[in-house]
Amino acid sequence: MSNYSTNEFRSGLKVILDGDPCSILENEFVKPGKGQAFSRVRLRNLKSGRVWDKTFKSGESLEGADVTECDMQYLYNDGDYWHFMEPDTFNQHQADKKVIGDTRLWLREQDIVMVTLYNGSPLLITPANHVELEIIDTDPGLKGDTAQGGTKPATLSTGAIIKVPLFLNIGEVVKVDTRTGEYISRA
Amino acid sequence: MNSWQPTATNDALKFRAYVLSNIRNFFYNRGVLEMDVPLLGKTGVTDPFIDCFELNVNGETRYLQSSPEYFMKRLLASGSGPIYFLGKAFRAGEISSKHQPEFTLLEWYRLDFDDNQLMKEIADLMKMLKVSTSYQSIRYADLFKKYVRVNPHEACLEDLQKIASTVSDVSFFGEDRSVCLDLIFSMCIEPQLPKGLIFIYDYPACQSALAKQKKDHEGNYVAQRFELYLDNLELANGYVELIDPDEHITRFAKDQFIREKLGKKIIPLDNNLLDSLKYGLPACAGVAIGIDRLIMKLMDLNDISKVMSFSYTGVHSDND
Repeated sequence: MSNYSTNEFRSGLKVILDGDPCSILENEFVKPGKGQAFSRVRLRNLKSGRVWDKTFKSGESLEGADVTECDMQYLYNDGDYWHFMEPDTFNQHQADKKVIGDTRLWLREQDIVMVTLYNGSPLLITPANHVELEIIDTDPGLKGDTAQGGTKPATLSTGAIIKVPLFLNIGEVVKVDTRTGEYISRA
Repeated sequence: MNSWQPTATNDALKFRAYVLSNIRNFFYNRGVLEMDVPLLGKTGVTDPFIDCFELNVNGETRYLQSSPEYFMKRLLASGSGPIYFLGKAFRAGEISSKHQPEFTLLEWYRLDFDDNQLMKEIADLMKMLKVSTSYQSIRYADLFKKYVRVNPHEACLEDLQKIASTVSDVSFFGEDRSVCLDLIFSMCIEPQLPKGLIFIYDYPACQSALAKQKKDHEGNYVAQRFELYLDNLELANGYVELIDPDEHITRFAKDQFIREKLGKKIIPLDNNLLDSLKYGLPACAGVAIGIDRLIMKLMDLNDISKVMSFSYTGVHSDND
């Protein structure tokens, strides 16, 4: 990959910093009139998710990172790996437990997710913001309790445990926000 | 907004014209003459961190001037008396909401003025333009003592590198004193400056550029250089001008050395300037003010493009 100088830093550019692939979020040009110019850069470490604020001298450069994003279909989990397929080329990719992390709680077979590839291997799996999943376990529903604001825990088909309103029963499908893990509505 | 249209609203352009004409009146009333010196020069500045655009004019290399300084000093040496320039200046590689490669600069020189007298005159101009009726003056060293708890003139290089590395989260070990001070100033001091007009004076000797030096009351060599800030935005840079021709050559050589180290192009020295200095530059003080920034502040806008008829980056005004 080529190197990028601070004046080429744009939001969305992927670079390598301290050995990790990072995405540039913001780049601000700072220059005391007569003095050295600087770039105040905000980056997200794509491995850890951490956001870094770094100030470089203008003109310094970072190595570009071979990072691409691609919509893929989630196929199945074989116990060790989660398998994804590019819908156009049928190319398959596998991601291990470390890459999947908590995302596994929102993966339903056949769903389309965004896979971030680093040097050709999955680095990050981003599910759709909203997914619909079936309740496989919860306390019995309380009829007529639709107005009350109470909640109870419910286990979904993927193993995720979320809080749902009291009136919901096993077998019902709910819509969940994957970013917060919160119940949105009945599907 | 279509891309053929100006980047400033008609109101902003009207206000701009009003400010420019008020500035010209201010100097007319004080007997300071307008000099519209050339924008194309045979050489550019040697400043390590200011880059000029280089052009081919009829087969010869010319530089778009980053400030009218050298031409104005030749006029002063030839007996022009107090003079000002209000026009375009060019700097390569500087683009942001506060930087444009082509911008408007007001620069003026006063004979026998010291920094205090010039700061007073700038304050008068700011008052006339209704920027502010009051101002504060703070020593560069006092800002460092207040916000970073270090004396910038006395601290050892390692300590400055350590602070710079901490605040930038990037290693500044190996960088020189001036770069570390610039970083610390930009990150830790500039954002915390009090609101309003602030003159910062007695800059570190290593950032003298073409300002005279003196010993401050603590016995440290400082530059007789000041900067003006308005609400954390740098507006102006002024000097009691260095007049010694030999010291000029030493400073230019230092600049060239840093440029070489940074892998930048070596700019030929301006022999006409050096000859005029040998002939004799009268004792004077001079200052340059970024006019686009000033108008932006007066109009409470957030991008200098919005006060320029057609900015280089073409950011459109909101027109509201």
